[in-house]
Amino acid sequence: MAIEVRDVNKSFGATPVLRDVSIDVAAGSLTALLGPSGGGKSTLLRVIAGLEQPDTGTVLISGVDATRLAPQRRNVGFVFQHYAAFKHLTVFRNVAFGLEIRKRPKAEIRKRVMELLELVHLEKLADRYPSQLSGGQRQRMALARALAVEPQVLLLDEPFGALDAQVRKELRTWLRRLHDEVHVTTVFVTHDQEEAIEVADEIVVLAGGEVVQTGTPGEVYDNPANPFVMRFLGPVTEIGGNLVRPHDIEISQDPVEGGSPAVVSRVVRLGFEVRVEVEIGGHEAWVQVTRDQADRLGIGPGDTVHVRPVPGARSLALAV
Amino acid sequence: MTRSRVAGGTAAGLGIAMLYLSLIVLIPLAAVVWRSMDEGPGYFWRSITTPDAWAALTLTIGASALVALINLVMGTIIAWVLVRDRFPGRSVLDTIIDLPFALPTIVAGLVLLALYGPQSPLGINLAYTRAAVVLALMFVTLPFVVRTVQPVLLELDKEMEQAAASLGAGPFQTFRRIILPNLIPAMLSGTALAFTRAIAEFGSTVLISGNLPFKTQVAAVNIFSQIESDNTTGAAAISTALLAVALVALITLDVLQRWGSRRG
Ligand SMILES: Nc1ncnc2c1ncn2[C@@H]1O[C@H](COP(=O)(O)OP(=O)(O)OP(=O)(O)O)[C@@H](O)[C@H]1O
Ligand SMILES: [Mg+2]
Repeated sequence: MAIEVRDVNKSFGATPVLRDVSIDVAAGSLTALLGPSGGGKSTLLRVIAGLEQPDTGTVLISGVDATRLAPQRRNVGFVFQHYAAFKHLTVFRNVAFGLEIRKRPKAEIRKRVMELLELVHLEKLADRYPSQLSGGQRQRMALARALAVEPQVLLLDEPFGALDAQVRKELRTWLRRLHDEVHVTTVFVTHDQEEAIEVADEIVVLAGGEVVQTGTPGEVYDNPANPFVMRFLGPVTEIGGNLVRPHDIEISQDPVEGGSPAVVSRVVRLGFEVRVEVEIGGHEAWVQVTRDQADRLGIGPGDTVHVRPVPGARSLALAV
Repeated sequence: MTRSRVAGGTAAGLGIAMLYLSLIVLIPLAAVVWRSMDEGPGYFWRSITTPDAWAALTLTIGASALVALINLVMGTIIAWVLVRDRFPGRSVLDTIIDLPFALPTIVAGLVLLALYGPQSPLGINLAYTRAAVVLALMFVTLPFVVRTVQPVLLELDKEMEQAAASLGAGPFQTFRRIILPNLIPAMLSGTALAFTRAIAEFGSTVLISGNLPFKTQVAAVNIFSQIESDNTTGAAAISTALLAVALVALITLDVLQRWGSRRG
């Protein structure tokens, strides 16, 4: 294991922020820390990096107890949500910082920094100052700076949080590819479930300071530990007291076994997919179908249909 | 359309600023310089090189430079303590820093004489020495560096320091490579302000220094004595010399700053 966090507790004043948190991060993996705002994701990341001291519990990095180790001795790369660029240094000197601290020879620093700048596509901007870069460029600079010292683990706090949707998507795929190239154990924080599912090998869901579930994106999506996780990881709707994914429901015009009668209230076409809103015995639900299916059914508001979860659909009973 | 309106607004602002500066600063300063040349450059030069004027000028510039340096170091340390340390009485201290500005400087001189004069309760008698001049100047210029550095330090991104730490920098390296370069512009401008304020100081030095010509008389006091003896041209000449020194100091620090920020 590259990182082992054991029973970590951390409070700020009287408010507990991390409660008995334990996670394992496999060497070479790309792990997402996913959870709602205020769930303690940043705090956990900062505890791993040594920027915050846990009240109790231990942190092992590459098998070595690092709990009381100062951040500068952990050899952990940290990328901050707001970049934390060194404003007074050029892009080149930002990336070179860790190597200069380690007193590497000038020629070696130059070579390594230029390699990294190429890796993050900033080789042409080496002489700029951070204030002359776009958000995405600053973020990539921060990433190169963290990678320069060949950290044992790379920690990214909402690496794309402050960027617009388009750039976010680009950097996401790029991060995945970068990770496949560099293979450094990486943990990144996000509150965007799509980002976590698309990029990560492993997802840790953190909410209210507790680890709610860990697993591969498939496991967490298909077998959520509780309704909270199910809701957090994707769209859900409620039929017959169960929480079901709207794409796991089938609609038919004739009664089917296990189906419930429902009245269509609205049909919304969202390009490729169609959202059919229905009323089942007084409460609302919705079903996601493809355009083809919708055309074949030919339904409209006011029609009576029958809905049921598809065979093998994952559903969670809601405790009433 | 909006562009030209913005440009128009800027032009109006610039006009007002220039007019104001002219009335309040440029014209009076020009008048002083002009006056100093009343009797020609030869007289100007003789006025500032009479033994007593020259002694006053060198003492003033020397003492002010020393005081500016002390301020640079101490002011930065005080600003640091005020921003980064939590201790009881911090906000009281924060308020006290500005008092030297509020106290009439002659009163400051009186207080200093009482504390560090012949009747010193602390047993330190600096009266009528050059050390007394330095002390008085330190007192009146204390707030400059503190108040220029403090806001910059408050705004400094803590995550920069944490990033430096996670890249392997120890506390001292972080201070030298990250914090200090970000503070230097403010430190230098505070120092420049303290220096220019110190070379013009009159009130606080009058009592404690004793105004001994050739020993403790500062330039402003020398100017005053020239005016009293009806030598206004000579007084204007010494003032102009002070102005020139201040200007050189401001320009030097500005150049240093630009050079520093380019080098990073
Ligand atoms: N230095 C601090 N002092 C006091 N409380 C803090 C501090 N840092 C974090 N907290 C509190 O701890 C809780 C968890 O914060 P944390 O930043 O870890 O959340 P997060 O999951 O990263 O949230 P977000 O997605 O909004 O960044 C929050 O309620 C926050 O207010
Ligand atoms: Mg956070």
